[in-house]
Amino acid sequence: MGTLKKLELAVGIFVALGLAAFFMLAMKVSNIADLGEDKGYKITARFENVGGLKVRAPVTMGGVRIGRVVGIDLDPRSYEAVVILSIEPKYDRLPTDSSASILTSGVLGEQYVGLEPGGMDEYLKSGGSLKLTQSALVLEKLIGRMLTNAASGDKPPAKTP
Amino acid sequence: MIDGLRRLGRSTLRWFNRLGRATLFLLRLLGALAALGKRPGLIVKQLYSLGVLSLPIIAMSGLFVGMVLGLQGYANLVDFGATSSLGTVVALSLVRELGPVLAALLYAARAGSALTAEIGLMKATEQLAAMQMMAVDPFARVFAPRFVAGVIAMPLLAGIFTAIGILGGYFVAVQQLGVDSGAFWSQMQAAVRLVDDVINGVVVKSAVFGWVANWIAVFEGYDAIPTSEGISLATTRTVVNTALVVLALDFMLTAIFFGV
Repeated sequence: MGTLKKLELAVGIFVALGLAAFFMLAMKVSNIADLGEDKGYKITARFENVGGLKVRAPVTMGGVRIGRVVGIDLDPRSYEAVVILSIEPKYDRLPTDSSASILTSGVLGEQYVGLEPGGMDEYLKSGGSLKLTQSALVLEKLIGRMLTNAASGDKPPAKTP
Repeated sequence: MIDGLRRLGRSTLRWFNRLGRATLFLLRLLGALAALGKRPGLIVKQLYSLGVLSLPIIAMSGLFVGMVLGLQGYANLVDFGATSSLGTVVALSLVRELGPVLAALLYAARAGSALTAEIGLMKATEQLAAMQMMAVDPFARVFAPRFVAGVIAMPLLAGIFTAIGILGGYFVAVQQLGVDSGAFWSQMQAAVRLVDDVINGVVVKSAVFGWVANWIAVFEGYDAIPTSEGISLATTRTVVNTALVVLALDFMLTAIFFGV
């Protein structure tokens, strides 16, 4: 009887492990939910265009990751994108006039939010917002602007034969 | 020339004959499932020897496959500065293909071969015949519990393989190579879809593979020539046939689920 109980226990552990593996695949690997707790404080930044920024993208200052993006939404009145940043509690001395820009790591890399510190003596608190922002560079717009500049502004002088 | 053709015809007929017998065997097996409800203890015992005892090889292989994926993916992605996509690469390859396929191949080698040898030896030592003499149906008593336990164990093993593989890839990528852990998981979560990838990939594929692998293993044992040579032949055939069928089925399932 003892061996049977041990055997049943082993099978029970095996089945539980298998179910736990599926649970992990569902929760952690696929995008069903984000169970990881978030201890940072939240600040918001408004951008004209966030480009390809995704939730959970890193937030850096001076190249060091200090938090991540926890939400991206559209303000229905001003049509601006509102990005919610969660900053780790130990970086609690960000000046209120810091600026945020959406940057790309590498040529094909993902986009992240880069913060530049300002000079104010007051520091951002939970719920604060960044006023100075720079949108993501959208390649098509950039090329379009270059083309219109080339067409209207500086026409090359007509060559005379 | 005529001789060669006749030999070809004979082996074709024999092949179809075997396929027909295997199908009839499966039908009888499914017919014996009802009797199994009264004795769930038989399934638990087989779950132990087919599932629990396969865990070490499944876990170790999953870990190493995941770590290799992490290393290789990093070595290739680092040229494009796209190492943040490493999580996607590791997770998608494991969830869609490597998890269910490798788990099924390992299962065939570890558990399928043992199943065939066990049943073949039962046949060679006339245990099956003795059971029938005592009016014990070997389908209900021997074959069905093994088949059902194997079909239950396979998806669980594939899930464990995949999960450990992803953790292995995470270990190499984030702990050793310095890929950002947030990017690793977030890019993975952005790319892996629950129904399309996890359910269709791991669950459905491994359920199909488990069905086929156990069917082959139990049938080969049942159909073995009851000599020591016949059993060794049947064991080899189990592993070879399971590998071939699993890989062919994998191609078909991939074409259905992920093909354009």
